[in-house]
Amino acid sequence: MSWAFLRDLLSGVNKYSTGIGRIWVAVVFTFRLLVYVAAAENIWKHEHDEFECNIKQPGCENVCFDHFFPVSHVRLWALQLIMVSTPSLLVVFHVAYRENREKHHNQKFYRNPGKIDGGLLCTYLISLILKTGLEIVFLVLFYKLYNGFKIPRLVKCDIKPCPNTVDCYISKPTEKMIFLYFLVATSCLCIILNLSELSYLIFKYSIKCYLKR
Amino acid sequence: MDWGALHTILGGVNKHSTSIGKIWLTVLFIFRIMILVVAAERVWGDEQQDFVCNTLQPGCRNVCYDHFFPISHIRLWALQLIFVSTPALLVAMHVAYRRHEKKRQFRKGDQKCEYKDIEEIRKQRFRIEGSLWWTYTSSIFFRLIFEAVFMYAFYFMYDGFRMPRLMKCNAWPCPNTVDCFVSRPTEKTVFTIFMIAVSSICILLNVAELCYLLTKFFLRRSKKAGNSKQQPNHENKEETKQNEMNELISDSCQNTVIGFTS
Repeated sequence: MSWAFLRDLLSGVNKYSTGIGRIWVAVVFTFRLLVYVAAAENIWKHEHDEFECNIKQPGCENVCFDHFFPVSHVRLWALQLIMVSTPSLLVVFHVAYRENREKHHNQKFYRNPGKIDGGLLCTYLISLILKTGLEIVFLVLFYKLYNGFKIPRLVKCDIKPCPNTVDCYISKPTEKMIFLYFLVATSCLCIILNLSELSYLIFKYSIKCYLKR
Repeated sequence: MDWGALHTILGGVNKHSTSIGKIWLTVLFIFRIMILVVAAERVWGDEQQDFVCNTLQPGCRNVCYDHFFPISHIRLWALQLIFVSTPALLVAMHVAYRRHEKKRQFRKGDQKCEYKDIEEIRKQRFRIEGSLWWTYTSSIFFRLIFEAVFMYAFYFMYDGFRMPRLMKCNAWPCPNTVDCFVSRPTEKTVFTIFMIAVSSICILLNVAELCYLLTKFFLRRSKKAGNSKQQPNHENKEETKQNEMNELISDSCQNTVIGFTS
């Protein structure tokens, strides 16, 4: 079980997506998943070992690290990728349900079970709204947890058992910050793609409904 | 999910590339991505652990490392490879769109559609002309821009392509000036020069491909202008058809010779 599973999942979703949806899948693969696996994972690999405090008191480093990094950036990034890809499964399930129904009753209910109309359109729109919502939730979480998207070189820590205030130094802060900004930029790009897809679908089907009348 | 997935995606684009494009793709995968994964990552693997400063001051090493390596060579190369491979996706999307249109025509039962079945449409190789030419040429142009930008960023950030053995650091909290020693500087310099050399080769290949496409475009235009001046007769149409057949045959021969199958 690895990221290849997510990749196969998203390839399956690609079949039932609109053009903008396919661009979204391509952006998630190349700029988020690939960058995460090829670069980000390695930067944060030894973050705990390389977190250094100016103190000999045992336990102080551990406590300070835990205080400043309740959930590591890289874990939040991975969670975000998983959560954001999952709503697309709703569409896959709905299409599978349609195909099952046709097989069960041995009758052709739909001209094309994969075409985005009727109930499938609602499912697709809901998946888009969920995707966008989750992206925004994670961006806000990042912002709130780490006081913005900056990573300082030095943090001052005064939690027990550290005596008084202690200087602690974070490893590779600049590199981490560059990749954090990259993550935020790609998230925003995905939000824009999702919103455009949403407006495109709503517009297309309202025109269709209006013309039918 | 790894570089193999990128290989699968780009392999599909390979079918619709020119011969120079296929050579570029081979160079990219063998001399850049494979070297990055198999060798360079090991060389840079222990870079912060083995970055040693001549001080007992806690935090000085972290700060000096961050000051001299704002973004590691390895990460910069990984980003460069990702960005440089991305324009090929534009071509893949355009080809997919064309295939989709042809399938739609076929399903409508259009008389103009000359395909016997859907499989033929799926396997068909589109020639690089019309709007696909513009997409392909812009993708090469963007590739060139990305390569150049990353090479310049590299040169700018590290003041050249050499990795020094010793760096003098006086960032706070280091007291006064402190000597810091980089791990494996010669090996890193060798790999840096190698990657820069291969990047330059890729830039040259892209420039050559761009010139080839532009030449082909202007030749085709002048041929069309020349043909339209003469009276359109049956023999001319036969000739142009024969020429196109010959071009297709020679292109498909090049496919098998280069042997980079998708």
